[in-house]
Amino acid sequence: MTIVQLSIFIENRSGTLIKVLEVLKDAQIQIIASTIADTAEYGIYRLICSEPQRACEELKRAGVPVSLSNVFALELDNQPGCAAEAIATFSRAHISISYMYSFLLGDKGILVFRTDNAEQARQTILENHLRYISEPDLSCLA
Amino acid sequence: MIYNPNKECMSRDEMSALQGKRLHKIVEYVYYNVPFYRNKLQNLDIRPDDIQTIEDITKLPFTTKKDLRDNYPFGLQAAPQSEIIRVHASSGTTGNPTIVGYTRKDIGVWSECMARCLTAYGVTRDDIFSVAYGYGLFTGGLGAHYGVEHMGASVIPTGTGNTEKHLKLIRDLGVTGIACTPSYALYLAETMDKMGIKKEDIRLKVGAFGAEPWTEQMRQEIEVRLGLKGYNIYGLSEIMGPSVSYECQEQNGSHINEDHFFPEIINPTTLEPLPLGQTGELVFTTLPKEGMPLLRYRTRDLCSLMPGQCNCGRTNIRMGRIEGRSDDMLIIRGINVFPSQVESVILSIPEFAPHYMLIVDRERNLDTLLVQAELRQEVFTSTFDTPAAVDALEKKLASRLKSVLSIAAKVQLKAPGSIQRSQGKSAHVIDNRKL
Amino acid sequence: MSSPYFNPERETMTRAQIEAFQLERLKETVRHCLTNPFYQKKFKEAGITADDIQTLADVRKLPFTTKNDLRETYPFGMSCVPLKDCVRLHSSSGTTGNPTVILHTKKDLDEWANQVARNLWMVGLRPDDVFQNSSGYGMFTGGLGFQYGAERLGMLTVPAAAGNSLRQIKFIKDFGTTAIHAVPSYVTRLYEVMQEQGVDPRRDTKLRVLAIGAEPHSEEQRQRIEQMMGVKAYNSFGMSEMCGPGVGFECPEQNGLHFWEDYYIVEIVNPETLQPVPDGEIGELVLTTLCREAMPLLRYRTRDLTRVLGRSCPCGRNHIRLDRMRGRSDDMMVLRGVNIFPIQIEKILMQFPELGNNYLITLTTDQDNDNMTVEVELAEMFTDDYGRLQQLGKDITRALKDEILLTPRVKLVPRGTLPVSEGKAVRVVDKRKVYQ
Repeated sequence: MTIVQLSIFIENRSGTLIKVLEVLKDAQIQIIASTIADTAEYGIYRLICSEPQRACEELKRAGVPVSLSNVFALELDNQPGCAAEAIATFSRAHISISYMYSFLLGDKGILVFRTDNAEQARQTILENHLRYISEPDLSCLA
Repeated sequence: MIYNPNKECMSRDEMSALQGKRLHKIVEYVYYNVPFYRNKLQNLDIRPDDIQTIEDITKLPFTTKKDLRDNYPFGLQAAPQSEIIRVHASSGTTGNPTIVGYTRKDIGVWSECMARCLTAYGVTRDDIFSVAYGYGLFTGGLGAHYGVEHMGASVIPTGTGNTEKHLKLIRDLGVTGIACTPSYALYLAETMDKMGIKKEDIRLKVGAFGAEPWTEQMRQEIEVRLGLKGYNIYGLSEIMGPSVSYECQEQNGSHINEDHFFPEIINPTTLEPLPLGQTGELVFTTLPKEGMPLLRYRTRDLCSLMPGQCNCGRTNIRMGRIEGRSDDMLIIRGINVFPSQVESVILSIPEFAPHYMLIVDRERNLDTLLVQAELRQEVFTSTFDTPAAVDALEKKLASRLKSVLSIAAKVQLKAPGSIQRSQGKSAHVIDNRKL
Repeated sequence: MSSPYFNPERETMTRAQIEAFQLERLKETVRHCLTNPFYQKKFKEAGITADDIQTLADVRKLPFTTKNDLRETYPFGMSCVPLKDCVRLHSSSGTTGNPTVILHTKKDLDEWANQVARNLWMVGLRPDDVFQNSSGYGMFTGGLGFQYGAERLGMLTVPAAAGNSLRQIKFIKDFGTTAIHAVPSYVTRLYEVMQEQGVDPRRDTKLRVLAIGAEPHSEEQRQRIEQMMGVKAYNSFGMSEMCGPGVGFECPEQNGLHFWEDYYIVEIVNPETLQPVPDGEIGELVLTTLCREAMPLLRYRTRDLTRVLGRSCPCGRNHIRLDRMRGRSDDMMVLRGVNIFPIQIEKILMQFPELGNNYLITLTTDQDNDNMTVEVELAEMFTDDYGRLQQLGKDITRALKDEILLTPRVKLVPRGTLPVSEGKAVRVVDKRKVYQ
């Protein structure tokens, strides 16, 4: 029910981001979505890509601190109000969201988020018949 | 053991006579040396000669923290500056701290009072005593320190912080006594557990605990976990510092050094004296004090004076536990904090709206203070997207609070309108500690 | 006109008088030391007895004492009086290995206060001065040492302790503070905050004397401080093993520090050969205490590097003059008056499983503030949670602060970013302009 995300420790220094991107380029890995926020000294560069396991190994080999984590990805219609509806469902279930980002895949909006209460999130998604994507969906789309 | 039987075991008549004589002297002294008191006394048409016995004390005017603030910094000082060798400071209700000057003789008296207290706890010259109160302007550290040295035990000027090293020293040096806040004593016990030090590994036998209110249950817990006897010590910098009163081994009320500090209990509303045994506001008059003598200083602490004689042989009157305050002062990690101080800081930074909340808690036996402050709408709008600006504001508030309160507070900036509007003064404080 | 000397008799002794005084005190000190098994053993090993000390030069026959000796005899092995005669104990910072413990009798404290009072008097302070002691209290000897000395002199003493600059400045103005003792980097910090507050030290304060010490600083730094604050800044030398501050101090001539030879025998030795070096040449400072009861020390290796400048001075004092400290003969760092060994930091870092083995300590002077940055490599990217990374940084900072009593800047960096040198890794980069 979840997809695999790479979390990369990024120092706020010139050259660090390009190093990561070049490793992925050389490994022929495609980035589907990514996000990084402005921070003082370091940040976490999170990305969704094809072949996350291999990407992780390649990055580790290059000495980049990286970890894999599972995040939820909801598929939404590309219409006003869809995100609000989805989040309201989680809010009602008292599930708090640590971070969230989104991207377009074909004509669908994909909402990626992470919560500390994964079990309850899983249940909420099932009970409310929300559409989600899992890792296999992603790799065949990529 | 009694350190100074001549002063701690007098008959009531002898004590009253001594107090009366000293009261006359102190009134005469302030009349001629402190314009503030001279004016006050003249307004009441009192001449020093009108004060002959200790009973005459009720004729005298009260002194309040506000008087100290209005006369900041040295207005109430009686001795010339060249005679003052030390100042201490405690929190004022707003930006100005309360300043107390001590002459060499005052420091000597204080050290003796401290030595009486330590002797009452059973401390001797063979003991090694760790002073874990804060050193510096706060009277706890240097006050206890000079007392231990004065009576000839070894003092370790531990100060605050670095608990693990402190415990290592307690164990390795065979430390037998400790002075700290009761909550810090519990924190020590907890850290001992964490470090795997058992109470059999240490030799603590006496604890001088004060600077914050504590309960009998806390005493029992501390005594069991540290394997020592815990005694109350009471004091306030305006009067002297720690050792204004102290428990003896009976652990039943704190003996007041009443040859130096004359106690009264009054009704905080009517200001009328209350009979022995009744709870009211504690008032002190410093008897022979040179630096900053005070007449009938209202401590705002609520307690009672205890009738009857103590089994230890001391005849000095005892006071009960502090049962509360007649103002909104908080005691956090032994430091006095007034909500109005926080308010004055918040009002001094234009980015903040005048809405704030103090949240006091106790986590693992350490007091914490969280100050929430609301940003003004226009500031909030212009800064919420720039974490650095919010960071800078947070730091600014934290550093100003630290400078005024003398303790670190955690700071939380809040969006406009998110703090509950206060209805009455205590609505600015949420105290989650259970005492 | 009061005398320029706090203790005229002692301060103005001729060289011959100083040396005669020292010889007598040295013999006494050696006899006193020999009541202690540690020294008995050392003397036996060196094949000497108290009778071998006949001239002042015989001090060189005595064995050296090191910080390691203090650690190995921890806690009370070097005490030469019964514990009940001790009234004070100071201990070095840190939890790494055994700390060092220094004991004092009432008389030791009394003499210590006299030494500090002598220094303060020497630079023109008198009982009507207001002395603000802005150095740390507690175990750090700069606090209580100056407190007792200033009280001994009879000044109004404000135990402001370190930090809280806004309040410090408020007190300087409100109390009419005329003298401050602080570590040099803190003085510059105070000045910065004064500027932010629109306070001009020349116009708005009564400051006239600064005592700075406990932290290495260059002549240029001193001059800058003097220009900023518009007052004279005098260099103070002390170390807890000797008592604390008060061991050496500059006089108004500011031509080196007078080390009080009625309290100490001063030697400068080559740290490798341990042989004396000629006057003017840099070597390690070695001190022998002459007046201490609780813990006398023979030929204590301070690890501080300095040189002899002279033995006379226009101020009328003939006590030896030494140059400001030029460095260390070990890897100890001195930051804001606190002594720190890299091993202390390493030990703390290694307690965090999230961290790798590489770290780098950088000391810098930023706008005249001495700062420490500790860069440390992450072992793994152990979390996807930014909050946890931040918390780790905070936890490391907190643990380091508990150990070294200073708050360093902690920077988490990816593995492989820090230089790994062959053999002994470079752990400390000191970019401060101190020893130049």
